[in-house]
Amino acid sequence: MSENKLVINGNEVGFTPGQTILEAAGAVNISIPTLCHLKGTSPTGTCRICLVEVAGSASLLTACNTPAADGMQVLTESPRVVEARRLVLELLLSSGNHNCAVHNAHAGDWTDYQMGVQQNDGTDALCPVWGDCRLQDLAFRYQVKSNRFVPRQGAYPTELVNPLIVRDFSRCILCGRCVQACNEVQVNRAIQFGNHGDQKKIVTPGDRPLKESDCVFCGECIQACPVGALVEKKARYEWRPWKATTVRTTCPYCGVGCQQLLHVQDGRIVKVTGVAGAEPNQGRLCVKGRFGYDFIYSEERLKTPLIREKDGFREASWDEALDLVAARFKQIIAESGPDAVAGVSCARSINEDSYNMQKLFRAAFKTNNIDHCART
Amino acid sequence: MTNSFNEFARAKMFMVIGSNMTEAHPVAATFLKNAVIKGARLIVVDPRRHRLAEMADLHVPIKVGSDIAFLNALMHVLIAEKWYDDKFVNSCTVDFDKLAAAVTRYTPEYAADICGIPSEMIRDVARRISSIKPMMLCYTLGITEHTCGTHNVMSVANLQMMLGNMGVACGGVNPLRGQNNVQGACDMGALPNVFPGYQRVTDEAIREKFERAWGVDNLPYANGIMIPEMMHGLVSHKIRGFYIFGENLANTEPDIRKVEHELASAEFLVVQDIFPNETTRFAHVVLPAAAWSENDGTFTNSERRVSRVRTASLPPGEAKPNWWIFKQIARRFGQEWASESAQEIWDNEVSVLAPQLCGIKYRRIDGNGLQWPCPDEEHPGTCFLHKDGKFTCGLGIFKPAEWTPPAEVPDEKYPLVLSTGRRLAHYHTRTQTGRCEGLNDILGEETADISPLDAQTLGIDHGEIVRVSSRRGAIKIKANVTGQVPKGMVWMAFHFREANANWLTNAAFDNITMTAEYKACAVRIDKIGPA
Repeated sequence: MSENKLVINGNEVGFTPGQTILEAAGAVNISIPTLCHLKGTSPTGTCRICLVEVAGSASLLTACNTPAADGMQVLTESPRVVEARRLVLELLLSSGNHNCAVHNAHAGDWTDYQMGVQQNDGTDALCPVWGDCRLQDLAFRYQVKSNRFVPRQGAYPTELVNPLIVRDFSRCILCGRCVQACNEVQVNRAIQFGNHGDQKKIVTPGDRPLKESDCVFCGECIQACPVGALVEKKARYEWRPWKATTVRTTCPYCGVGCQQLLHVQDGRIVKVTGVAGAEPNQGRLCVKGRFGYDFIYSEERLKTPLIREKDGFREASWDEALDLVAARFKQIIAESGPDAVAGVSCARSINEDSYNMQKLFRAAFKTNNIDHCART
Repeated sequence: MTNSFNEFARAKMFMVIGSNMTEAHPVAATFLKNAVIKGARLIVVDPRRHRLAEMADLHVPIKVGSDIAFLNALMHVLIAEKWYDDKFVNSCTVDFDKLAAAVTRYTPEYAADICGIPSEMIRDVARRISSIKPMMLCYTLGITEHTCGTHNVMSVANLQMMLGNMGVACGGVNPLRGQNNVQGACDMGALPNVFPGYQRVTDEAIREKFERAWGVDNLPYANGIMIPEMMHGLVSHKIRGFYIFGENLANTEPDIRKVEHELASAEFLVVQDIFPNETTRFAHVVLPAAAWSENDGTFTNSERRVSRVRTASLPPGEAKPNWWIFKQIARRFGQEWASESAQEIWDNEVSVLAPQLCGIKYRRIDGNGLQWPCPDEEHPGTCFLHKDGKFTCGLGIFKPAEWTPPAEVPDEKYPLVLSTGRRLAHYHTRTQTGRCEGLNDILGEETADISPLDAQTLGIDHGEIVRVSSRRGAIKIKANVTGQVPKGMVWMAFHFREANANWLTNAAFDNITMTAEYKACAVRIDKIGPA
């Protein structure tokens, strides 16, 4: 009888049939690095960073799509594995503009390299995801020195023509997570792998800009991108992971109630991501949830109570405005009874606001004339 | 919703009726699409061939407002062929005979004429929905925003009870709610007939309970009035003082000209909001409120999940939390309310007074929220309602409904039907999304979506500015010629003030819920021609 156990780095680990080596290891907190793997989608094995050594196998195997098997002997950080991963990382780093400090190609010419990248980028900054890059993390972890290969110049210009998503092909490592996110997670089917060999690229049908494609700007691809190839235009060169704090909250738009992580910097929300694994959205957001946060900073916000005066409004203190509201409602109730007043509550605001409003109408005004847009 | 979003991805069969889910509830739609990729069956019933319909096994393009005829005909076939769940009907429901009698005359042939689809398609749908169990039924405002909205909802419930799809995971009747906290506003008793937790204001024992909790006497015992009646009351001066919190009624209610006349008639109007908008123009006092992410609190989503909302930044200027404003007014009426924060309001009042919410406390919803009913603090919350076919009232009651046409149907003068809804990039009257960088670039104006056939007949080009008019008003708007829309229909949203569909919509209401018939009125399209 099968016991469904394999040995990882000398430790016996149970698994359920159908689990991959990566999943079995993950269940007991043995970390195997991944880049292209996107949880919940079918593994592609594209990036080969999750290579592990399996006894009896001549070649190294990708943990993300190799099923765990009874009695399997796996090494996740053997010298052979580490060497292979370093080669993978060297190749990835040289595949484009990875101008972070770990990229020490042309050791003496790093400044020149930076200048070149920045010129191509049209900015004066380092990679926009510096400090939040899976590739950078791994290059650091495996101390990769990538002076063996000459970095490839970006074959395609950066797409900036839409207002929300920046596509920097010079930083794309072709891991395909965005393709998985678009096709298997959100199922919008806007992007695919296109072209071949050196020209390989993530494309929309006909290689049109996103704005002219089926893209719905949910930004799931940005959230899936492990490098700086896809970034939020609104957060680019503003958000810094070490400066931002995160606040979990609930989206203010439709009735799904997606859980969001607000990235707050200097008292302002600078970007929004989905909370991984959270009910009900499992990290997913739509265009409004991801990009519809900055209305609260509009200069048009109401900032002070206003009282009508002739044809316009004048500013008033809270005391004056509230005294007026209370006095007029009292007068109307005294003259015409409590049912001469009525109120409409808000289906966008928090529960506690609606509770207090109905309490005000019932307990203070003594009318049940309280409603909201419940049915529309 | 009787069921939950996390059931979508593992459901085996869906019927989606009157719901443009990919635009109005995009993230919910992703889970449904995941299920379809894995092999779940999908039937989309909608006049428009929208994006979700493109993914369906079967798109059933019924005419606007023919839902009851369609659903009754389905039930007619299910009964005639004995394809319904006899066991569930016998053990968990009553009045099946009444329903059976009512649907007798709804033969597929009879309904086909009303619905504008072949009778064989109705039989096909009946066959499909009875062949896989359970089926998850989802609907949105395409069902409710009709003069027969309540009857539409009853018909949907009748169908799911007959199929035995109630009280099970991946089944149920699932209205996707349009706004982040419309479920919560109902739960909190912002309704004219119930206190928080759906406890009736007409029940003396309940009133006494709230009198004790709130330390007041003589809580009002008669049901109050609903929004359309309030609006009429402004003109007749039956309503003299009106308080609008966070609703841009001047753009969202049907027939804008009528609504603005009503608002202009108000003797004393208080508007509490985050922006000046079309409604604040009519106010006598405007109170500036804190917005989303500027104070702590909770929202309750469509699946009854109470989740936390947290402060990320401070309100601008003198803007204050809404609950605080109401508390200050109560003080001026001689009432000192103890709760000093949203958490105190929830933990010490709401979740003490509403039986379904007693187990939900802030400390329990720090991560994922909890779904009501959650009667005590050990309770894990409820994913789906009516487990094992046990309904809130005991046995499920079949309530047959007769089909009635929309209040205004096309005629010679106004030969097209206008139906309305929401588009992906914007939300309601754009007070929020219109002020978010980028979203106006994604969608910058309203269009009148018309079919290629009508465009051809009327000689209208894609992108041409046309006049759309109804008995209420007329607007100039860009024509969007699209195969999504069937012949005879114009489809529009209400996101933009100019060319807002509500200049045209009909203020006719369901006489039970007072829901307006946003989904159907008669319009015409005219070429504007050279100036």
